[in-house]
Amino acid sequence: MPDEVLDCRGQRCPLPVIAAARRMPQVPVGTVVRVLADDPAAAVDIPAWCRMRGQEFLGAVTGPDGPAYDIRRTH
Amino acid sequence: MSASSVYLDAATAAPLHPVARQALLAALEDGWADPGKLYSQARRARQLLDAAREAAAQTLGVRADELSFTSSGTTAAHGAVLGGLAGRHRAGATLVHSAIEHSAVLHAAERHVAAGGVAHAVPVDRVGRLDLAEWSTAVRAPGVALAALITASHEVGTVQPVAEAAAVSADVGVPLYVDAAQSVGRVPLPAGWSMLSASAHKWGGPPGVGLLAVRKGTRWESPWPADEREGGRTPGVVNLPAVVAAAASLRAAAADAAAEEARLAPLVDRIRARVAAEVPDVEVVGDPVLRLPHLVTFSCLYVDGETLLHALDRRGFAVSSGSSCTSSTLRPSHVLEAMGVLSHGNVRVSLHRDTTESDVERFLAELPGIVAGLRADAGVVGL
Repeated sequence: MPDEVLDCRGQRCPLPVIAAARRMPQVPVGTVVRVLADDPAAAVDIPAWCRMRGQEFLGAVTGPDGPAYDIRRTH
Repeated sequence: MSASSVYLDAATAAPLHPVARQALLAALEDGWADPGKLYSQARRARQLLDAAREAAAQTLGVRADELSFTSSGTTAAHGAVLGGLAGRHRAGATLVHSAIEHSAVLHAAERHVAAGGVAHAVPVDRVGRLDLAEWSTAVRAPGVALAALITASHEVGTVQPVAEAAAVSADVGVPLYVDAAQSVGRVPLPAGWSMLSASAHKWGGPPGVGLLAVRKGTRWESPWPADEREGGRTPGVVNLPAVVAAAASLRAAAADAAAEEARLAPLVDRIRARVAAEVPDVEVVGDPVLRLPHLVTFSCLYVDGETLLHALDRRGFAVSSGSSCTSSTLRPSHVLEAMGVLSHGNVRVSLHRDTTESDVERFLAELPGIVAGLRADAGVVGL
């Protein structure tokens, strides 16, 4: 389960990626943040951001709140 | 602020080649009659059409009777996919295609699936190159009627392993269709295909002319209502002046192709290197070596693609983008998605015969400042 949820529903890319990029440095290393994002580009861009920034992309999940993406802060 | 115009979207439409303009004007005088009729004006039109077909066929390395002119590259792609599937319906109902085909091919595949057929998309790697092992498994599966592979990606420029893919399909008797829109008139064509499509405005011909080549012995059945023109492969009278211009400019472009490749490929290398070095947080995508000579794509982190296109346009630069905000469907480019690379802030730059080194230098000089300005406006500097 994620430690916290970042609700970016209704935001168009790159806004969900920007929101994740702002939040991740503020949480302790090891924290899992779930980004809720219904823009289809988030499915591509959140994993790509994790790769570019060396953060861990745990995967995409689709639950009652729609598509979500889990990121673990690794450094 | 005004800036002189630099057109860098040849992969969408190259500026009209001077040979095309000349041929078009001449053919407007001489080529207005229906080539199918039996009077002298029609015979003149027929001669022009036959000569255009002969010239284009020679450039492609096919027989004249294997080549049809269509009303667009899209129509040629639709005809290749749907006609190739119809001709082989006894063999099966599966279309195998790469995940990075042009939307014209994917839309034809959707039509096939809606009619009860099967489409199997084969993935690509991070640089946009076909997964040959997956391709081999998919093409060798039972019930495959047709395989489709783009010669080189129209969005990222990565050249595909067509000869290897063709060897697999030949081994199991499955015809291979190649969308060669970005290759014809620019680079040598790969071997081993059964059908090919291309589009005249990609090499400097006029818009509204496509090429469809169907090699002898390929089972192909028209997906359109019956029409005897163009070997029965595409309905309707051809736009003869445009076809004449397309064939003349194809011959000219092919004659200059090696020299243009030698001139443009280093300019693309320069763009790849300088963008990566001078724009922070940018992903230059596609294969750096096995690529088209004239095309390069990159994505700028945290930048909105549409805003970037408008900012470049205000400075006189015409480029294309695969970002979702620039598409009518608001979905990111399926090519960038299949590669798993950043899709926002995406720019595709494609060069042509009128592109100069100073055009490229001006683009490279202005791009870092434009991106930095947009990031400052969006408050994302330092993220």
